[in-house]
Amino acid sequence: NMASDEDSDEDFVTYGTPLEPLEEDEPIRKPVPVHEQTVKDEKGRYKRFHGAFTGGFSAGYFNTVGSQEGWTPSTFVSSRQQKAERQNARPEDFMDEEDFSEHGIAPREIVTTEDFASERKDQLKDKARAVSSLAALIPGDPGLLEELIAPARSSIGVELLRKMGWKDGQGVGPRLKRRQRKQNTDAVKVHGCALLPSGSEESEVGLNPLQALGGGSESAHINLFTLQSDRTSSLFGDRNSGQKRRGGIAGQAFGVGAMENEDADIYHKDSMSNYDTVLGGEEPGDGLYGWTAPQQYIRKKNDSKRDVVYLGRILDGFTLASQVTEIKTVYPPPDLPRDYRPVHYFRPVVDSSTVSPIVAQALLTSRGHLSQEAPQQGRHSLGSSQRRDMLGETPLQGPSSVFELLGSKDRERLNEIRSVAKEQNKSTLSSRFQSTTPQPDSLTSPAKTQASSETQMALNAWSGPTADASKTFKPFQKNPQKQARYDLYINKLKKGDKEALESSLDSSMTEWERGRERDEFVRAAVLYKPSNSSLSSRFTRSKHEDDTDSVEVTRDQENDVDDKQAAVKMKMFGKLTRDTFEWHPEKLLCKRFNVPDPYPGSSTVGMPKIKRDKYSVFNFLTITDSSHVSREGPSASKPPGSSTTLPHLTPEVNKKSRWDKTGKVSEPKDPLSAFLSETRSEVSVAKQIESDGKQTEPKTDEEEKEEDEEEVRPPMDLFKAIFASSSDEKSSSSSEEDSEEEMAPSTSEPIQISAEPLNPPVSAQITPAPDISKVPGII
Amino acid sequence: MAFPQPRPQVPQLPQHLLRTIECQQGAVRAVRFNADGNYVLTCGSDKSLKLWSVSRGTLLKTYTGHGYEVLDVDSSYDNSQLCSCSSDKTVILWDVASGQVTRKLRGHAGKVNCVQFNEEATVMLSGSIDGTVRCWDTRSRRYEPIQILDEARDGISSLKVSEHELLIGSVDGRVRLYDLRMGQLHVDFIGSPITCVCFSRDGQCTLSSSLDSTVRLLDKSSGEMLGEYSGHVNKGYKLDCCLSDKDTHVLSCSEDGHVYFWDLVEGSLTLKLPVGKAVVQSLSFHPTEPRLLTAMEGHVQVWGAEPEDAAVEDG
Repeated sequence: NMASDEDSDEDFVTYGTPLEPLEEDEPIRKPVPVHEQTVKDEKGRYKRFHGAFTGGFSAGYFNTVGSQEGWTPSTFVSSRQQKAERQNARPEDFMDEEDFSEHGIAPREIVTTEDFASERKDQLKDKARAVSSLAALIPGDPGLLEELIAPARSSIGVELLRKMGWKDGQGVGPRLKRRQRKQNTDAVKVHGCALLPSGSEESEVGLNPLQALGGGSESAHINLFTLQSDRTSSLFGDRNSGQKRRGGIAGQAFGVGAMENEDADIYHKDSMSNYDTVLGGEEPGDGLYGWTAPQQYIRKKNDSKRDVVYLGRILDGFTLASQVTEIKTVYPPPDLPRDYRPVHYFRPVVDSSTVSPIVAQALLTSRGHLSQEAPQQGRHSLGSSQRRDMLGETPLQGPSSVFELLGSKDRERLNEIRSVAKEQNKSTLSSRFQSTTPQPDSLTSPAKTQASSETQMALNAWSGPTADASKTFKPFQKNPQKQARYDLYINKLKKGDKEALESSLDSSMTEWERGRERDEFVRAAVLYKPSNSSLSSRFTRSKHEDDTDSVEVTRDQENDVDDKQAAVKMKMFGKLTRDTFEWHPEKLLCKRFNVPDPYPGSSTVGMPKIKRDKYSVFNFLTITDSSHVSREGPSASKPPGSSTTLPHLTPEVNKKSRWDKTGKVSEPKDPLSAFLSETRSEVSVAKQIESDGKQTEPKTDEEEKEEDEEEVRPPMDLFKAIFASSSDEKSSSSSEEDSEEEMAPSTSEPIQISAEPLNPPVSAQITPAPDISKVPGII
Repeated sequence: MAFPQPRPQVPQLPQHLLRTIECQQGAVRAVRFNADGNYVLTCGSDKSLKLWSVSRGTLLKTYTGHGYEVLDVDSSYDNSQLCSCSSDKTVILWDVASGQVTRKLRGHAGKVNCVQFNEEATVMLSGSIDGTVRCWDTRSRRYEPIQILDEARDGISSLKVSEHELLIGSVDGRVRLYDLRMGQLHVDFIGSPITCVCFSRDGQCTLSSSLDSTVRLLDKSSGEMLGEYSGHVNKGYKLDCCLSDKDTHVLSCSEDGHVYFWDLVEGSLTLKLPVGKAVVQSLSFHPTEPRLLTAMEGHVQVWGAEPEDAAVEDG
């Protein structure tokens, strides 16, 4: 539809409805508020917008998004019944009807196929054309003319051009840069024969550019389609200045210098066509334009020297690296030996218990490193003491064996039996008794060999300049003296002293004890060799040992209830009915109550607890077998509260602990046991001086009292009950007095049997009576 | 010439019924004055906790949130918070004004019999039938108790808190006094299951009632008995006992529907206040005035020293 535009001073012919003029002074239109932005479909129904990412308009079938049907296609048919006739769903099945409309993503309408379509169906280009047409000399779309002619196929010339690599929108001829083109304007003007000087009408008006191309005398500046206006505007800039233009951007410049007659352009209204509206419309030729940031592009242009280094053409979208990447040297894979077979054979595992120790040792050393499991002989062939040593448990200090309590005759008898048995199966036993029966002359015996090899291993392991002893594991921590000896041994080992073991042992100890300790030290040194110390430093010792056969009991127990009942009956409240205990409130509780912590530094909470054997009788029944098993009574190893807080160590000195009060209550009643404890305490004092490592700290009175309490022995009946029932021979018919005297342990003579002296009974607070009652039930 | 000492006034006993409040919340398990004695808190068996005005007898607020009957309640010193305990094994810290549950603390293994704030309402202590007393922190957001006192061998029936002491009565027949300042625990053997314990107002004595129908006044420091009060019936219920506002009298509920008043020093029965026919479940004495609350069945009665005709002003 043609309409003449009367408004314009020139009687141009205008096609279509003109776009509203872009006036700069025009106030910016108010944006339509969101709630007024309604969208209706073709039937006039409002469409809801569900968000760009959740479906846009009309999400789901009739806005079913968020509803019960949701996205489920309404025509869903279970494929279970109709597997055979299952049809392949096409994408159209899931598309909305709007998608098929003209502006949808898959318009269904009769369109000219690509073959018949004119060249510019591209919307972007359409727009660009519309914009540029405004700035064009002839208002109106030149494309319209083309459309009149359409659906003409593109001419053969265009086809040819395309084949040659020409793209739509490009000019023909050598590419020119903007700058160059500006400089070329003179040249253009020179052969501006095509242009009319007055510039009222343009020669190209009404002409199909293709025709112009066809008669292309001037190849450099023939405009093709879209860029036509661009070219013309730059070409006829001088003429444009006088022309009032619609759509131009006014106010480009406010004045011009007197000298600058050259630059007439400043008066012209800038045209939209001077701006790139199409990506890639004009390529500078290096393929970078439009892909890189402008400044980068400019910079790139400036230091183009570097580009010279690279001779080849840089691909689109890539820039030349500023730094040359280092070329990775690739080495060829090694040449495999010809007879190489990619199969790994594991070394056969040798059970050292089955092979002779020498062979085992040879095997181990042949492997080149010392396994820490070397001395092991399998789990079941180990004695409990060996296991204990490996576990790092502290062996019991002091006498803990019942054998010590036997009469001398009984002991001799036992020794006889033992020696006979020893001779009978010396070969098997010797390995088990290796530590307890040191045979200096039998150097060739396997046990000795193994022991010496262990010593050597320990020496090897420690002699290097490795970790310092402070960081290593302390296996005898519970026994400070022993630990000190061990540390000495380790230190000497580190110096490479071959006599480290013998020299670090306490010479005042008995031969048997020394032998044991020697063995333990060597084992410990092998076990906790420095390679392990880095590991062990990551672990900390558990604060509480999991003694399954001991329970936590509150240390202080209430007095007899019967007495109290009687007191209540007599209405004698007060001392008789009141018990006072030590009680540790939580720190936070004290804080909340605004009360100073009564036991600062104590970590105990509540009533102080001690560990006590569940069945105290078992303390006396731990008859050690041939190897030196020593079970440490929990109460002996842990004086009450020793690990956390000793009541007498609390800073408040004048505060008497409840502990010593109870001592009065549980004084030994049995005269027999009183006597025993007396003799016992004498011996134990001697022993303490000699060997006992526990008593290093200065003792307070309370502590000694504790010890005294601990020394209280159960009555003779218990021992009698045990031994009378266990021995069926009648030879031990010694009188009670005899056995009493003999039961006082004599530490002066070395004990050859591999049993440790019995530990003192657990605690004074267990009254002997219940123990006795339990004995018959157990035996 | 010295003036004679002014004769000490005869202490007045709250023997005149001022008001009866029908609580409408099932049986009233406990009745408590708040910290200043202007309000009443009642614990109902219908899981609710109610706040009343003493002077008017009007309901101010109902606190719901417990899952079973509420057994005890205490108010903080500033009346901003309440703590209550219930058979649902929980302890709840309430905001008084909003009635919202500030914290609901679980941990007890059985129903919680008694609950108490400490002096600054920084700790709540709750005693349960499971034999433990749990100290809950109201300041932090910890849901575990600060400390658990598990020395009792049977359920805790009653507990009171003083400045630095916890007085805990247990069904194992012992009154335990935890002294935080000294770090000591005093256990007084009473023999019969304790139903209620309380401190005297001077803080020197402890009062404990037990199921042998006896109330005993013990010296706090030595555990010696200072007085023994009997005559009432307390054989099966968990009944309250208390001291009057000036420590002059010992009061105890009774299962025969009376409240017994004994003279503290002489131990003689001063007054046998008839409350009703049923068991007097709970009582609470005003902190400063001779005013008494008793709870029987579903109602609470307010008793005053004088008939107080003026009190009829609002009916």
